[in-house]
Amino acid sequence: MRPFTYHRLVSDAERRTVLQSSGDAKYISGGMTLLPSMKLGLTVPSDLLDVTGLPGMRDISIEGRRVRIGAAVTHARIAEDAALRAICPAICDLARQIGDRHVRNRGTIGGSVANNDPAADYPAALLSLDASIQTETRSIAVADFLCGMFETALDEHELVTAISFEAPDAARYEKFPHPASGYAMAGVFIARTGGSYRTGITGASGQGAFRCADMERLLNAGAPVEEFASLGFDDLVIFEDRFGSRAYRENLIRVLAHRAAVHLRS
Amino acid sequence: MSDIELSINGKRVRRSVEDHQLLVSFLREDLGLTGTHVGCDTTQCGACVVSVDGATVKSCTMLAVQAHDTAVTTIEGVSSGATLHAVQDAFHRHHALQCGYCTAGLVITAIDLIEREGGQLTRETVAHTLKGNLCRCTGYQNIITAILDAAGCLSAPAQVAQ
Repeated sequence: MRPFTYHRLVSDAERRTVLQSSGDAKYISGGMTLLPSMKLGLTVPSDLLDVTGLPGMRDISIEGRRVRIGAAVTHARIAEDAALRAICPAICDLARQIGDRHVRNRGTIGGSVANNDPAADYPAALLSLDASIQTETRSIAVADFLCGMFETALDEHELVTAISFEAPDAARYEKFPHPASGYAMAGVFIARTGGSYRTGITGASGQGAFRCADMERLLNAGAPVEEFASLGFDDLVIFEDRFGSRAYRENLIRVLAHRAAVHLRS
Repeated sequence: MSDIELSINGKRVRRSVEDHQLLVSFLREDLGLTGTHVGCDTTQCGACVVSVDGATVKSCTMLAVQAHDTAVTTIEGVSSGATLHAVQDAFHRHHALQCGYCTAGLVITAIDLIEREGGQLTRETVAHTLKGNLCRCTGYQNIITAILDAAGCLSAPAQVAQ
């Protein structure tokens, strides 16, 4: 790994000071994507700013049905947090399916969201839950935040500080992990609030996570789950490689959505 | 360079480290704790797993400087003198290894697994939990048996190797 200067931040004022004096600075939280990228020389930052010690970054707070998860909260914490499980178990179940236990102990929700890997799990949930991405200066609606594969609406050096959302009445995440990487080949998150459903699908598309209007229409109409077989994705770039054809991945989405819907109706 | 101070296997350690030094190289090269192995170096294999503040991590994907002010346990810290940890003893009795390269990471993982979920482990849950630790020799059968034995969850005595 190429040399860099490491800074353990303790305040936002310090963050701004360090940024002014550094060249190509990057934030690090768990580092589960960043450090492997640096080993490969895909990114060569001059400075790493460790944000895990900034105020509020490791807190989970719940007020009424509003959930706020600090950006440096690990996947393991999210998977195990009892208060979060009581109000939105689907997000805990999703976190439990990320990577392996050692990766979950280090990797964080903020790092995952800021990276916007098209095969990451959280984007499906964020879309379905209509989440807001908090930064140090603003709140960004998830629909505006996710801008395609590895692209977000973040400005340079804008820091994700928290994810917040309204807990749904019920939700379910169904994932088919890639047999080698464990990333989602497809993942479907369905949330219901009142009689209204929202969906988020990750892993399958080169455009990144997306909502499926047709699926939401079927769910909202209370259609039999068998009708999910008719769902089409012709308007989307669906990944295709030696692990799965386009048709295979499209069918994965239908199957996973079917499972999630059956669970939500049971 | 950064000055770090941490506890390694119960001993206080102060060192100056390069900011880009990985925790696994700090353990092996600076401290001589070579029980922690580098397998894949890509966060896949788990040969480098150590415990940091009670959570298992892959030390090839963590900077030494990130371990400042933590308590790290490596394989060198799990036995009590010449007395093996119960998990090490079970691995020994069940021959839960062949080449042994992955064993240190597996033992650290198994101890963590038993401490967290000891009383309710099944063959299936252990197999599922070992996802982050790759063993290319054994097919995992004896490893899983050893972990279930150490956890007191081995229900079929016939499975115990004599």
